[in-house]
This record gives sequence, structure tokens and C-alpha cells, in this order.
Amino acid sequence: MAGNTLELKRISASSSPPAGIREAPVVCKLIDTSTCIGCKACEVACQEWNDLPPETTVQVGTYQTLPSMTPHFWNLIKFNEYESGTGLHWLMRKDQCMHCADPGCLEACPAPGAIVQYNNGIVDFQQEYCIGCGYCISGCPFDIPKFNATTKKVYKCTLCSDRVSVGLEPACIKACPTSCLQFGSKEQMLQIANKRVTQLKASGFTEAAVYDPPGVGGTGVVTVLALGNHLEAYGLPDNPSIPWAVTLWKYPLKWIGNLAILGGIIGTFAHYVRFGPKEVKGETAAGQGGR
Amino acid sequence: MGESRVLPDGSILRYNFVERMIHWVAGASYVYLLLTGLALWTPWLYWLAVMLGGGGVSRTLHPWVGLLFMAAVLRMYQLWGKEMRITDVDREWNKALRHYTRNEDQNLPPVERFNAGQKYLFWLMYWGGVVLTITGVVMWIPEYIPWSLRFLLHLSVLLHAIAALLTIGGFIIHVYMGTAVVRGGFRSVIRGEVSQGWAKMHHRLWLARITGNGPTKR
Ligand code: HEM
Ligand code: SF4
Repeated sequence: MAGNTLELKRISASSSPPAGIREAPVVCKLIDTSTCIGCKACEVACQEWNDLPPETTVQVGTYQTLPSMTPHFWNLIKFNEYESGTGLHWLMRKDQCMHCADPGCLEACPAPGAIVQYNNGIVDFQQEYCIGCGYCISGCPFDIPKFNATTKKVYKCTLCSDRVSVGLEPACIKACPTSCLQFGSKEQMLQIANKRVTQLKASGFTEAAVYDPPGVGGTGVVTVLALGNHLEAYGLPDNPSIPWAVTLWKYPLKWIGNLAILGGIIGTFAHYVRFGPKEVKGETAAGQGGR
Repeated sequence: MGESRVLPDGSILRYNFVERMIHWVAGASYVYLLLTGLALWTPWLYWLAVMLGGGGVSRTLHPWVGLLFMAAVLRMYQLWGKEMRITDVDREWNKALRHYTRNEDQNLPPVERFNAGQKYLFWLMYWGGVVLTITGVVMWIPEYIPWSLRFLLHLSVLLHAIAALLTIGGFIIHVYMGTAVVRGGFRSVIRGEVSQGWAKMHHRLWLARITGNGPTKR
């Protein structure tokens, strides 16, 4: 989307390195769940800016708009009523692509250029190169890429790469009325997040924490959680990483497989050169029908 | 079971029309699966998908051709399954395998319609096909695999690649043997016929059985 103004740091399934040579500050979204009021302005802003067709809402028993994200609904506030020692908590967390520093979708993707990571850290799908195989769905530890059966391509939050590339903040950030969403460099956002955690701890939320999982190299979306020890209550995975089967498949297996295939071809050729064919004695080539 | 018999001109019918056609349905579909699969396996071979109509076309057709391949393998199982069972004759032959690879065929024990190598290839393709089909169907519809069962998806991409690699190993040897090494073999699966001399050299027990001469031990 924004390929002409943002340089590429990583590119899926490419046999040559990405072209980016400039350093850029890594951008980041901050989500402070403790000041989110569940108004869903960010959901609407996302739909509007990205010109996404409206989804019919689905009643799931909470205030949540839909059970999960869809190919044309990339930003979903997840609601949960959660009881702990400190009483009943009404939790809401803005869910979307986390923009992992080490993106599993990009590792898994077999189509050259279908997933890229810009030098500012944004992970973006380039639908014109996507072949719809769904490997990214296997690679993602957060259940983000959504397959559209009509276009046969996957979609997700772009972190408004089109806006960011021209110096604007993402649409969801712009719409947030409480400033629970903020946008800036990763460093700045972590600073604000840590400060907020200190405040929360001082006001009695002793478990407050910042969610920036190291298993995927950190994320371009950091989340402040009041109940930092109850990730499952927020619908967040504990210590997410690229699935081991995907890593095994894309690295050791690939190289063992390639060498084995090459070895097989060279081996059979060498065998022929050394031992030649099995011919039936006393029969001409014609009698045997040539080969 | 195939209807092997001696033809009026003295040559022998090794594979009838149905057997040959099924073999080539399996062969052609396998080659398509191999090329479109390898295109996605490594970026170095993505040009294969481009040559075959683009990545999207390859992605769409690969699973359907996979079902065709599996159907052909199942029909093959009906035709040849019984004759592919591993017997004592095969265990003997296996012990002498090194003579086979060195083209010292006179030192090999006589075998039936298929030798142990051919039988192992058959079972490799059969079980490989089963694993590829099951894992392939999961990979076909990743968007329908519930998040709580995602380990199925992870396992499938891994097993699909492993099973594909194992069958590719068998396929390389099979194609090499069938075209370059065993002269007469390629014709047998195109036109169906082999000479008596060929049958005597490669499958003596089978020859004896269908001509009604000599040892009929199976
Ligand atoms: C029998 C039924 C089969 C089904 C339903 C099936 C399905 C699939 C699917 C859905 C994919 C994902 C991408 C794509 O569609 O191209 C795939 C990939 C692949 N398939 Fe199959 N397939 C089958 C058989 C085979 C066979 C016989 C081979 C033999 C070589 C094969 C080799 C591959 C390879 C190498 C890949 C790429 C794997 C990777 O990137 O790790 N498949 N298959
Ligand atoms: S569905 Fe598209 S983006 Fe996802 S892995 Fe396949 S080609 Fe890449």
C-alpha cells in the first residue's frame, strides 16, 4: 500500500534481500485498556478510513460487535466479564494485528512479496501478490489474517501504512476520545506504558503490566493491562511465538529436503554413469522397444 | 488382479489398458502436484507456479488434482494391492539388493510380477498419498480450522511437506529405473507388452505362472 514511501525491511518468499537501506524509527500503537471505555469509535474509524463494507453485528452475549475479526473488520474490541480476588472486572481490549517484529505470517508465506515489513516495523499484506494459500494463518500466533472467499486473499490491519507513510496517525488513534490509544515511536510508547503501569500499581492494581511479548521480538502494538497476570482474561496468548512446527518446516526441513532432492538427482545420474542400464541379453534395442 | 497373459505373437501382456491408464493418471497428476507444490516450497522455484498459470491458479488446482491423484492411487490399490504384499521371496530378494543395484541380476532370486523395490515404492506412494490427502484437506481450508484446533494446521503443513519429500525420493528412483535403467519397462507401461526374455530376466516366477511352465511358487 505504501511501498513507494516506506522502504522494505523484510519481504516474504524472496530469493533476494529486501531493498531498504535506510533506518527509520519503529512506530508503535499504545493501547491502555485501563482507560478504554468501550465506545468502539476505533472500530468505526477503521471501517471508514479503509472503506470496508459494513458487517452485520452478531450477538455474542457481551458488548462485542462480532465473535472475531473478519476479512473486512480488522479492529475488534473484545469484552469480557472477569471475576478475580479483587471483584468483578469489566475488561475491554482493542484487538487487531500486533505487527510483530518477527512476523510468523511473513515467515510462512510462500508468495514473493505478498507480505512485507517496512523499515518502520509495519507488517503489511500486499493482496495483489497473495495467492490465498492461508500459510500465514498457520504462522500467526494471534489469529489475525482473515481469508476472503470471494477474492481468495487475506486481509488484516495495515496499521494505516498509507496514513503513517505521509505523517498521519492511524485512523483508530485519531478517533479515540479518551486517549487510551496513542501513536508514536516504540520507545515513546513504552515509556508512556511503563509510566501508566506505575500509576496503576500505586492505585492498587499490583499486577499491572505492559504486554510486549518477546517471543515474537516485541510487537508494534503494546498493551497496558491492569490485570497483567491474567492474560487469558484479555484473550491474549501467554508468551506467543511462531509455532515450532512452522519454524521446523521453514528452516531445517527445507534445507534437508532441498539437499536430499539434489542428492537424489545427482545420485541416480552417478549410478547410471557407473552401472548403466539393465539390458535383456540377446535382444536388440528394437526387440525391447527401445527403452 | 491384472490379466497378464501370453499374446499371440509370443510377447507378454504385462499391463492391460486400465492398468496403464490408471498409472498415467496417477503419474500426470503427481507431476502437476510436484511442480505446483515445489513452487510454494521454496522461492527459488516459484517460477514454476508462474509458468503454470500463476500462484493463484496453482493454489486453486493443487488440492483438486490431489484428490484425483488419491483416487488413482486407490484404484491402483484395487488392481495391484494383493500382488504388492511383501512375501518371503521379497525378503530373499532384499538380501541380494546390492546385486540389483550393480546390475548383477543373474545373482538375484526369481521374483513374481513385482520385485520388492517396486512393492516398497507402491506402499510409499499409497501411504504417502493417504497422509498428503488428509493433511492437504486441512491445508485447503485453514480458515475453517477453529483457533483451538490450530495444532492440526501446524502439524499438517509439517507432515504434508515431510510426506511429499518422502514420495519425491521414491519418485526420483522410480522414474530413473523406469526410463533409464530397466530397458523395456517404459514400453510395458505405455503399450502393455514385454518380451519373454524381459519377463524371464526381471520377473521369472511371474513368467512361469502365466505360461504354466516351471516353478509356480508365488
Ligand atoms: C492428495 C491430496 C493433496 C491435497 C488435498 C493437497 C493439498 C495441498 C494444499 C492445500 C497445499 C497448500 C498450497 C497449495 O494448494 O498449493 C499443498 C502444498 C504442497 N503440496 Fe499438496 N496436496 C495433495 C497432494 C500432494 C502430493 C501428492 C504432493 C507430491 C509431491 C504434494 C506436494 C505439495 C508440496 C511440496 C506443497 C508445498 C508444501 C510446502 O510449502 O511446504 N501434495 N498441498
Ligand atoms: S494467504 Fe497470501 S499472504 Fe497468506 S501466506 Fe498465502 S500468499 Fe502469503
